[in-house]
Amino acid sequence: MNKTKIKISNLYKIFGNNSKKYIPKVRNGMSKDELLTKYNHVLGLDDINLNVAEQSIQVVMGLSGSGKSTLIRHINRLIEPTEGSVLIDDQDITKLNNSELLEFRRNRTGMVFQRFALFPHQNIIDNVKFGLSIKNIEKAESNDKAKFWIDKVGLNGFEYKFPNQLSGGMQQRVGLARALATDPDILLMDEAFSALDPLIRTDMQDQLLELQKNLKKTIMFITHDLDEALKLGDRISILNGGKLVQDGTAEDILMSPADEYVKNFVKDVNRAKVLKIKSIMNFSGVQNNSDAFVKLDDNIESCLPKILESEHELNVFDDKNKFVGSISRNNVADILKN
Amino acid sequence: MSLSEFFITFPEMSKESLRIFKKSIDGAYRNFSREYGDAIEAVFDPVLYFLVWFEKLLQNSPWPLVILVILILVYLGSRSIYLTIGSLFALLLIGYFGMWEDTMSTVSIIGVCTFMSIGLGIPIGIAMSNSDRARAAITPILDVMQTMPSFVYLIPVVMLLGIGKIPGLLAVIIYAIPPIIRLTDLGIREVDKEVLEAADAFGANKRQKLFRVQLPLALPTIFAGINQTIMMALAMVVIASMIGVKGLGQPVLKAITNQYFTMGLLNGLAIVALAIIFDRVSQSFGKRLQQHRSGSRE
Repeated sequence: MNKTKIKISNLYKIFGNNSKKYIPKVRNGMSKDELLTKYNHVLGLDDINLNVAEQSIQVVMGLSGSGKSTLIRHINRLIEPTEGSVLIDDQDITKLNNSELLEFRRNRTGMVFQRFALFPHQNIIDNVKFGLSIKNIEKAESNDKAKFWIDKVGLNGFEYKFPNQLSGGMQQRVGLARALATDPDILLMDEAFSALDPLIRTDMQDQLLELQKNLKKTIMFITHDLDEALKLGDRISILNGGKLVQDGTAEDILMSPADEYVKNFVKDVNRAKVLKIKSIMNFSGVQNNSDAFVKLDDNIESCLPKILESEHELNVFDDKNKFVGSISRNNVADILKN
Repeated sequence: MSLSEFFITFPEMSKESLRIFKKSIDGAYRNFSREYGDAIEAVFDPVLYFLVWFEKLLQNSPWPLVILVILILVYLGSRSIYLTIGSLFALLLIGYFGMWEDTMSTVSIIGVCTFMSIGLGIPIGIAMSNSDRARAAITPILDVMQTMPSFVYLIPVVMLLGIGKIPGLLAVIIYAIPPIIRLTDLGIREVDKEVLEAADAFGANKRQKLFRVQLPLALPTIFAGINQTIMMALAMVVIASMIGVKGLGQPVLKAITNQYFTMGLLNGLAIVALAIIFDRVSQSFGKRLQQHRSGSRE
């Protein structure tokens, strides 16, 4: 695993006029509801501890009101924390002064918004250039960069259109290009694809994964859609009522949900589609002499015909074609039945 | 005094004390204006010079040239050939009926008032949008400016500066500046919060946010304010003429006092013609500024 890029420690956020005062009460276990009814303060984040690895996609998931949008806004401090620290490359973001914070936002983070938040009075190229023009980068250079990113997201020829002349999917491509144009090392995506219709959403997810292969940004991606989380996330954090209830890989979340809330979340997921052979195979199996085999990192669904047709256990090879174990119909049946 | 009497007659202050109260305030103000009137008048001298220069420029230039310049401005503002032709006829008729000089006076004072209102009003509006406290302080002042009968605030202005162009200018600005202030404030406050958050996320500082996001997005609303300001300035032309401002207001005033119906009507129609030209040009210019809002999907 790569080194930690973002380290969030003991982060609390309470909304209200007198938020600091209630930290001890929340520490001692006062619930979100009690804080609201008794003291009229809203508990946004409750003791969040999270490490995000460099160059990974960290998905943060939860229902609305769970604090996920609040959490992502602490990374670039669009929301001030009540207590706790956010370390990025060992620099504490919560301690930056005003001008340091502007510098940080200009150079280190890019953000993509749920409802695009493009500048309606600027054409596409000016939108994409916004972050660069804020940094007073020379016009020729920023033009080249903007054109490069417009090309990357497939919007060639739309440079001089205005945002409301574009469809939702295209607008969000502009949003993505705008966030990438300043070449930040951290990309914050706040329900970036939630407002798009399903086909375009899938398309955008694929495009993001494709871009990420070369970009290798550290991406924090907020979503309430589990399928999206499983598809994109190297790791997935699940928030409930401002608390981080589980943080793990897709496999961890599916195979061992931390509590009822997570269990409810994942109950309708098609496990065969998400999990890989290695999550369910039998590592102590013995190699047989049949020619049929599956690979360790294949996903289960794509191997289903092979596994189901085979009379006996199937060999599993790793990517160097070395035998590592076997898989049977029973292994598959086990994960499909719950 | 019996109890029933108390409920029937309002317990007012005595006539004598009220007289002293009014007299002492009037006296104090008179002394103030005698003491500082000249100094305050001197402050406005540059404006006066400019006003006189501008009026003379419009009146002394050859009239075809003035009409040509006005028509060019009308066309650039509205991009409408019909409005330009209509303006041409209106101006020719105004000249033909002998109102050219007065019309130029009115155009000059309205122009200067509008520019001063914009120059003062937009920064005040920005300050108001920036802080709720400033807004709470300025709003009641604007209410007073808009509802106080103009004659009432003309009294101290005339006492201080005498009769002439500058008091007229002040009276017009006091009456006409509130819409531009209010609508600048409103326009900036109406800017989408998410768009502002995006500007924040990219590290825009306050000034960058103001000039690159807030003002451009508020511009159509601000333009509605400018349009209102021009209209209200024109509406003040007759009242301003009572304190010695030359222009279309003076013949109207003369017509009222002498019951010259046709004279009043002609000059009134000239004011209407100016109003329509100013209104249509500024409105269609404002509309063009928000073209990005009406753009259709392709």
